[in-house]
Amino acid sequence: MTTPQYNNQELLICIAARQMSDNTSAFIGTGIPMLAAALAKRMHAPNLVTFFEFGGVAPDLAMLPHGVGESRTYHRALAALGICDVMETACRGFIEYGFLGGAQIDPYGNLNSTVLGDHDLPKVRFPGSGGANDIGSLCWRTIAIMPHDRRKFVPKVDFVTTAGYLGGPGSREEAGLPPGTGPYRVVTNLALLGYDEQTCRMKLLATNPGVTVDQVVEHTGFELLFADEIGTNPPPTEQELHLLRDEIDPTGLYIGKR
Amino acid sequence: MGELKSGIKELVLKPDPDGARAWMREHKSMALVDKRMTEAEAVRRFVQEGDYLATELYGSCRAPMSITREIIRQGLRNLNIAGQGVMETELLIAAGCIRNIDLTYQGWEVYGISPVLRRAAEGGKVNISEWSNASLAWRLKAAALGVPFIPVRSMLGTDTFKYSAAKEITCPFTGMKLCALPATMVDVGIIHAHRADKYGNCQIDGISGFAIELARASKKLLVSVEEIIDNEEIRTYPERTVIPWFLVDALVVAPFGSHPGEMNSYYWRDQEHLKEYLDLIKTEQGTQEYLKRTIHDLPDHETYVQTIGKERLAALVEARTMR
Repeated sequence: MTTPQYNNQELLICIAARQMSDNTSAFIGTGIPMLAAALAKRMHAPNLVTFFEFGGVAPDLAMLPHGVGESRTYHRALAALGICDVMETACRGFIEYGFLGGAQIDPYGNLNSTVLGDHDLPKVRFPGSGGANDIGSLCWRTIAIMPHDRRKFVPKVDFVTTAGYLGGPGSREEAGLPPGTGPYRVVTNLALLGYDEQTCRMKLLATNPGVTVDQVVEHTGFELLFADEIGTNPPPTEQELHLLRDEIDPTGLYIGKR
Repeated sequence: MGELKSGIKELVLKPDPDGARAWMREHKSMALVDKRMTEAEAVRRFVQEGDYLATELYGSCRAPMSITREIIRQGLRNLNIAGQGVMETELLIAAGCIRNIDLTYQGWEVYGISPVLRRAAEGGKVNISEWSNASLAWRLKAAALGVPFIPVRSMLGTDTFKYSAAKEITCPFTGMKLCALPATMVDVGIIHAHRADKYGNCQIDGISGFAIELARASKKLLVSVEEIIDNEEIRTYPERTVIPWFLVDALVVAPFGSHPGEMNSYYWRDQEHLKEYLDLIKTEQGTQEYLKRTIHDLPDHETYVQTIGKERLAALVEARTMR
């Protein structure tokens, strides 16, 4: 059997989807998380409950939304609420996974999606927190999805938009964030990373197909920790690719036209 | 626990619950009066230079685009805004109407970051304070409660907090560290709803976004609707009234009022129009060309809708998300 051909986006989506267990809940932002959730629901997690920022709860995700407030986020959903209701559900500890992204990430999983350079006269202005700060504060476990390069994996982010483990062990609790919450995984085009329990620093768990550990190190702008055994992520299966291409994103909005 | 921190940004709108109470008593009425008026009249009567505005939901979903365009058309300046927006806040920034932004997000989600915000922020043309999505909604909720702040567990420990005007506090009951968010009783709230009776009893289909909170946290509330329904229908389904009449100051009947955004169950987003827009806003010149063509060269929303054309609109209705 030959390995199917796939692109980076498809790989990211498949690996992100595999991080979510069945019978749990996930706070879904725009883009790859939407496709990952739709894929997880069709593969191993049919009972995954998805929450969308502006009120959609558990839609069928038959059509891919382009934004977190649009009607496809509550198409045949179980509830159409509002932003306060959804965010307060996370406040009360109901929402397991939260998806995040950004322009920069540091070894403690702190994320920047606000500015490069000085805040008041920035070199580059990004959109800002949106729901990211809330998701990173309130969900139990956050999964960041990032392109892997040294400009993005930096020793210190220019601006902490969203809390990771902040300055290390105990920092979140000291800041007043709910105990037991924090970064869980980072999914990149090169690897799957987690966090060391003792130091709260980012740790390489597995490389993507065809990627070496050295390549991951080379593309990371800070010192990585390594799992005792570094695995290899299985490539997207034919079934995953079929679902992504033919059912989830048939127009190629996110995964590209074929 | 260490010292309690404060955000370093100056608060744009200071909480004043007693002032808000007095204002409501003086300016709001329980009388059932016909509040229908045009966008032009609503903006002329209720929006002033220097006002603090908030719009809902956001620029590509159930957004009050026709009223937003009228604010730009009337050339209002020095406005302050709670920025939870995509297109409506972007247009206001592009037109130079905005001085201060309480910002959570200004971008185009899957379609990328906002070149308009980039030019304004990187050129130092607007003053920006950072907040999160939930925080801006909770600030409205605090105003709706008639209290000066609300304690929450977002923003703590981050630069989003540092560049806001929030403050850390200690809970008097548990000793927990919390983030105190100042209440935002906005001067002008602007919401696009599906339908209302002529008195302003409003119904919204689908998610409510933060319409419920904003409607209750607005000194002056402008609502645009896709259609007017009979008061009898309101009375038959009173549980569907999410914004009651006494909160509403101006009611604007604006079919396709969210265009080029979507209006759930009524019409889909105008992808073609947005594609062209996103292309134009890459440059300042293109942005001004768009503002001229879709706002300054047109007298009102009715004409705007005519320029989109019947055929295109019919296709958007056809493409809407069905239940």
